[in-house]
Amino acid sequence: MSPEKGNDLPESEYSGCLKTELTLGLPGGLETPKSGSKRGFSETVDLRLGSSCEDEVSVSTPPPSKAQVVGWPPVRSYRKNMMKNCKYVKVAVDGAPYLRKVDLEIYTSYQELLAALEEMFTCLTICNVVNERKIMDTSNGTEYVPTYEDRDGDWMLVGDVPWKMFVESCKRMRLMKSSEAVGLGPKASSKGLSIS
Amino acid sequence: MDPDPKKSKVLTSNLPNSNGSSHPHSPFPDEVLEKVLSLIDSHKDRNSVSLVCKDWYNAERWTRSNLFIGNCYSVSPEIVARRFTKIKSVTLKGKPRFSDFNMLPRDWGANVHSWMVTFAKAYPFLEELRLKRMRVSDQSMELLAKSFPHFRALSLSSCDGFTDDGLKAITTHCGNLTELDIQDSVTADIGGGWLSCFPENFSSLEILNFSSLSSEVSFEALERLVSRCRSLRVLKVNDIITLDQLQRLLVHAPLLTELGTGSFLQELTPRQYEDIESAFGNCKNLRVLSGLWDATSFYIPVLYGACSGLTFLNMSDTVLQSGELAKLLAHCPNLRRLWVTDSVGDKGLEAVGSSCPLLEELRVFPADPYDLDHRHGVTELGFLAVSRGCRKLRYVLYFCRRMTNAAVVTIVQNCPDFTHFRLCIMNPRQPDYLTNEPMDEAFGAVAKTCTKLQRLSVSGLLTDTTFEYIGKYAKNLETLSVAFAGSSDRGMQCVLEGCPKLRKLEIRDCPFGNAALLSGLKKYEMMRSLWMSACNLTMKGCRLLAREMPRLNVEVIKDEGSDEIQADKVYVYRSVAGPRQDAPPIVLTL
Repeated sequence: MSPEKGNDLPESEYSGCLKTELTLGLPGGLETPKSGSKRGFSETVDLRLGSSCEDEVSVSTPPPSKAQVVGWPPVRSYRKNMMKNCKYVKVAVDGAPYLRKVDLEIYTSYQELLAALEEMFTCLTICNVVNERKIMDTSNGTEYVPTYEDRDGDWMLVGDVPWKMFVESCKRMRLMKSSEAVGLGPKASSKGLSIS
Repeated sequence: MDPDPKKSKVLTSNLPNSNGSSHPHSPFPDEVLEKVLSLIDSHKDRNSVSLVCKDWYNAERWTRSNLFIGNCYSVSPEIVARRFTKIKSVTLKGKPRFSDFNMLPRDWGANVHSWMVTFAKAYPFLEELRLKRMRVSDQSMELLAKSFPHFRALSLSSCDGFTDDGLKAITTHCGNLTELDIQDSVTADIGGGWLSCFPENFSSLEILNFSSLSSEVSFEALERLVSRCRSLRVLKVNDIITLDQLQRLLVHAPLLTELGTGSFLQELTPRQYEDIESAFGNCKNLRVLSGLWDATSFYIPVLYGACSGLTFLNMSDTVLQSGELAKLLAHCPNLRRLWVTDSVGDKGLEAVGSSCPLLEELRVFPADPYDLDHRHGVTELGFLAVSRGCRKLRYVLYFCRRMTNAAVVTIVQNCPDFTHFRLCIMNPRQPDYLTNEPMDEAFGAVAKTCTKLQRLSVSGLLTDTTFEYIGKYAKNLETLSVAFAGSSDRGMQCVLEGCPKLRKLEIRDCPFGNAALLSGLKKYEMMRSLWMSACNLTMKGCRLLAREMPRLNVEVIKDEGSDEIQADKVYVYRSVAGPRQDAPPIVLTL
């Protein structure tokens, strides 16, 4: 998990407490003596790992560096699950200065995904050429081919496999310039392509 | 007409606050007084009326038909039944608000059953029951269904304790039901059989809301119900209902004024897409729209035809991007209230500022409250953008990860009419991210500038200065929520000594101790309630309060494994009913 940021908990005693005292157990099980009558932030910590992301709730993973406080932020339980079943993958566009992230879980088809990418990278439009899906930068005519890296580390053409299989196996996406996408076929090896 | 036997003078002398003297030459005969008073609806006005004199007290109690009880433990069912005899509508609220955030034990209380038993005897003509944060068992629902032949409206907000069986009793037996409204239900997955129990000739329903239940209802039964209830104006379904099913419902009920859709995630054929688009296009009366689970840019455009009259758009159950929101808002020129998640970002809020000049209420919820990345969400920039374009803003709930004093000062200058200002900087004790100073000046500006402020939630790094400002300037403040704030007892004292209209004060994780608690001795009887958790209170301080103020109930909830000295969670409220009898062992009444 990402390291604690300095300004998360301004008081140094709290950052100190969190590093040493986090265990998977109820607050009452902590052996640390209570410091006088002052109740600290750490003593209200509830060590139930939140239900917001299923992956985090597993005994063998280390606790998150920022522990969750009971009832904070003050949102109702059903709101905590909004990001459940989310699958965010990075999307890189050759030549664009920064990446974007899309949540593949919220789409049901390639068509929807590409529409969303069009939304995000507003200079692009989708041209459906026969059975291929190409994306074009209308300002300079550059064509892009949507590709993705699968679980095996191979770079694949978007659209070959059924949608659900794609969501399962996609780790990240890259809109590659057509001119670079030479020799791209099913299960093309990464050696044949220049990937920055 | 025959005078009601209960109006005889003999009974009136038994009243606890009767001064013993009567008015032999009252300026108004009873009947006239009652006629006049029966026109008064506001319960606050009625409470004032009842304090004028004995005659007015009686006239008021015989003409009151709507009962509002803000804290179910402040009075007992017996006392209420004795005083009021003609009640047709009851609103009853139970648990403290922090129960919404899992801060109370499950069996804390607020069970409606004892009220239901009393009402069944005392108010056979009861028509409406509105409950908030109460525990409602199936047994209570069954009693309700069988005891009130004229029953019309049931509204349950943040309630739990019932199952499919309880709802079945309602739908089977309440033949005149016009309203079944279940909001923010905390109940675990309950079955959907209840919907199929409306009799085939039942057609009086006007309001149906089951959006917060996860029940798998029968769509066929729902479709039949909607098609025969010609007066249906509010329909809010849950996410079991699909888009194409929704289309069929809309065809039966194009005159809906409020719609909560089901799931918006479904692969539609072009024909289905057209059908749903045209169904929405026919909804000319729509004012309120919600639901829209999993809505994406592909499907949101089907809504456009229904948006021209929308005044309230609730997109808080869907993760919308800025562009999608902007496009949608362009079709909603009459928006007064907007709820979104922070996925829309500052950019989305800029669109709000430029598209919604009539906006009065904005709520921005965190899509991912536990996001460790801190890269998503909204900032002070979004709030500023809204304040520049929406000058009529009076209600805001804003969850963000950074804020500055300067931004808030500008925001309230742009929008001085705030009545509800709830700002939640999600990281506890976070200072102004630009200057690194406490956020005192921000909330000081809110208190000073927003003279109509009724409700305030503060957050961020705050010293006692914030509370000095609040106590000094917030003359109309009724509800104050404080978390991880303040430097000493003085903070809480300032609020208790100022704020003349304070009714509800809820505090967590603040360095306020017994001295602060006891400084409000006189105040608590004029308030509905006080909540303090994870502060510096001790049992000794709480016992002292309980001893000094016998008409307050002082309850302490003990946390597991805590010592005998600390008072972990304290709930104080005024009551004429004395200590409650139904507290679980974990709750001590002092």
